[in-house]
Amino acid sequence: MAEPRVIAEPRVIIVGAGPAGVRAAEVLVASGVRPVVIDEGRRDGGQIYRRQPEGFTRGYDSLYGTEADRALSLHETFDGLKDKIDYRPDTLVWNISQGRVWTNANGRVDDLEYDALLLCTGATDRVMPVKGWQYAGVFSLGASQVALKSQAVSIGRRVVFMGSGPLLYLVASQYVKAGANVVAVLDTAPFFARIKALPKLLAEPGVLWNGIMLTRMLQKSGVRVMTGVKPLEILGEPETGVSSLQFEAGGKVHEIACDAVAMGHHLRPETQLADLARCAFRFDAVTRQWLPVVDADGRSSVDGVYLAGDGARILGARSAEASGQLAAMTLLSDFGIAASDRWALRQAVANYARFATGLAEAFPWPHEQIADLADDVVLCRCEGVTVGEMRRVDAREANRAKAFNRVGMGRCQGRYCGLAGAEVLAAARDLPVEAIGRLRGQAPVKPISVGVAEDEA
Amino acid sequence: MSRSDVIIVGGGLMGCSAAFFLRQRGRSVTLLETDLVGRQASGTNFGNVRRQGRPIDQLPLANRAIETWRKAKELLGSDVEYLQSGHMRVCYRDRPENVEKMEQYAADARQMGLDLEILTGNALRARFPFLGPEVLAGSYSPLDGHANPRLASPAFARAAKRLGAEIHENTKMVSAEKIGTDWEVRTEDGRIFRAPILLITAGAWGDKIAAQLGEPVPFATLAPTMSVTEPVPYAIAPAMGVMTPVEKETVYFRQVARGNIILGGSTRAISYPDLYRAYVLPQNTVSQLQQIRRLAPALGKLNIIRVWTGIEGYTPDSLPVMGPSGKESGLFYAFGFSGSGFQIGPGVGETMAELIDTGKTDIPLAGYDIRRFAKA
Repeated sequence: MAEPRVIAEPRVIIVGAGPAGVRAAEVLVASGVRPVVIDEGRRDGGQIYRRQPEGFTRGYDSLYGTEADRALSLHETFDGLKDKIDYRPDTLVWNISQGRVWTNANGRVDDLEYDALLLCTGATDRVMPVKGWQYAGVFSLGASQVALKSQAVSIGRRVVFMGSGPLLYLVASQYVKAGANVVAVLDTAPFFARIKALPKLLAEPGVLWNGIMLTRMLQKSGVRVMTGVKPLEILGEPETGVSSLQFEAGGKVHEIACDAVAMGHHLRPETQLADLARCAFRFDAVTRQWLPVVDADGRSSVDGVYLAGDGARILGARSAEASGQLAAMTLLSDFGIAASDRWALRQAVANYARFATGLAEAFPWPHEQIADLADDVVLCRCEGVTVGEMRRVDAREANRAKAFNRVGMGRCQGRYCGLAGAEVLAAARDLPVEAIGRLRGQAPVKPISVGVAEDEA
Repeated sequence: MSRSDVIIVGGGLMGCSAAFFLRQRGRSVTLLETDLVGRQASGTNFGNVRRQGRPIDQLPLANRAIETWRKAKELLGSDVEYLQSGHMRVCYRDRPENVEKMEQYAADARQMGLDLEILTGNALRARFPFLGPEVLAGSYSPLDGHANPRLASPAFARAAKRLGAEIHENTKMVSAEKIGTDWEVRTEDGRIFRAPILLITAGAWGDKIAAQLGEPVPFATLAPTMSVTEPVPYAIAPAMGVMTPVEKETVYFRQVARGNIILGGSTRAISYPDLYRAYVLPQNTVSQLQQIRRLAPALGKLNIIRVWTGIEGYTPDSLPVMGPSGKESGLFYAFGFSGSGFQIGPGVGETMAELIDTGKTDIPLAGYDIRRFAKA
């Protein structure tokens, strides 16, 4: 925006109260703006700094480990903001249309007009399908972390962590610390990928060091940690759930008895709201994902819509705080409220981006393994569609495939199967994965009741 | 340059079924589709295969179509999920005059071979216990049903292709000109197609082409409001709908074999045919859900998991433009079905094929003549 859009008191809505949303709110409040902060969570903190329910008494060290200070600072900041913002927890934004967000809370829908919208929608797990992943006892890494952080429970008695990326090691170590029985951490990435990515990873030496220490801690606790793994099958029964896991490593087939598997390959941004706000998207070749277009200051392609945190691209929690501040400052400047020097924050985010590229290279999304999945593996769990059905579909594009075989048509709207589905289809049609496109976001972002009532206010 | 007997512009249900029936009659066919076949209104509509409620003089066309729907699987070689599970049209207590209208309609429809059963009171409640207390009466059509719009047009296109039709997707027509006895159609990518017969089945874009050909039609493009619930055990066989003069009350639903309940109707939104996009307005979703709860309160317990829409072309009288051009020989139209083209689609294709092949049809088309919009 070249000319500031001068509005005396712009109505600003922030969606999400994780690290990006909280820091953005802090910046806005400091300039005298009272934003609406809408969050799906019951408490602030987002996923990474999720606060335990009232009445739970675990300390910050046990909940957040090396990130305890950051979690505490974020929570204290937000507590201090509460009477200076319009905070709406437990509230889903299910659609965006004509300059309004549509919310759903306690069975009531409401709509709120905005001049500026800052989307800090965070991320969910990127999951690779494995034969048997539909059995009870299989969780995403994020879900297994929620179980621990929020409810202080483990997902099983014998837990295997499988996938790749820093979150794999982080959640496994949190389980070990909490006293859960972690039998193995299985990483699909080969060890040498980490060595190759070292120069980029050195962009954030502190974070890198924490990662190395996590792995050492796991090994010292007697957890089997293996790299270069190819998942073969999660064995089990529909009635009783998971019983063991088969995988290949070092040219041999292994089987580990377990009753729960936590799976994830990094994260994927939650971009449906950006999509509904009609933001443009671009293909990111490093992560093989479609991301909303965002400039170095946090502006989307749509006037008045800003993006920050992992919802824009996966740069991690520390970057989310910086990008939340940055986007809020940009917004203030665009509306002629407060000018500030954003250079340092831009540099910080750029540095996290370099580190994130290193992580993506060190712990790659195993797209060749996905392209090789057997025909009978369930690809879309909501609709029960197999890999073979995806290969046979008369389509060369994601939305066309969905129209014919229902992949991504269920209640998760493809958030868990969309990326893997694109890999299967791309390989089957011999096309680059970007040619398959992305599933268009459709409201409601999460299911809403037919019984919703409209707010009378 | 490619030459055939007929060029069809627009690969929706009308165009794809016309291509199929023209091939059955031995005519060579080239179909040009801007995007992918069946991607627009033909693929995004509610999926009602409903004869009842149509204008009485449209029933011969609807009856012709139902024959094709019934044998679609054998005819096309793939399943379009047609369920002949009945269609129920109800009216509310606040408009008791509708019962008489329903009875009159049933009497007229019977003359045209469509049998309807009017239900009220205990008989209505016993048969459809999920209907809300405001429902006064209903008209049940046992031989109507519903099908999957996402599958129907592509199935016709594939079957037409197997019979030898040339189907060109991602091929946008930019001009059509009569040169001698041939139509010459140019496409955006520079190709030229020729044929003595040109059939325009371009749906919500039909008016633009008709105007290009010198026959403007007053036209609106609107986006219907559609939603779908999570799957629940299959329990409701017929498609259900409300008969009312009030647009926002006009809702309908059907349950597919997979278990999801598809909700449609209430207020329509504006659409963007030049961008090939349309968006569901959230306020329309909310209004639709309110009206659905009036019709069947128990559905209030379910969640919707997705909404969608498409672009439909409407004429001022809500009747299609269907038949020969008023100006040029060898030019035919079938577009502007005004939100109710899905059921009659295969009948339209078959009738247009007959008209093009033989020069005549017994199906009454007088009301759909494009000349009704010509300036006096």
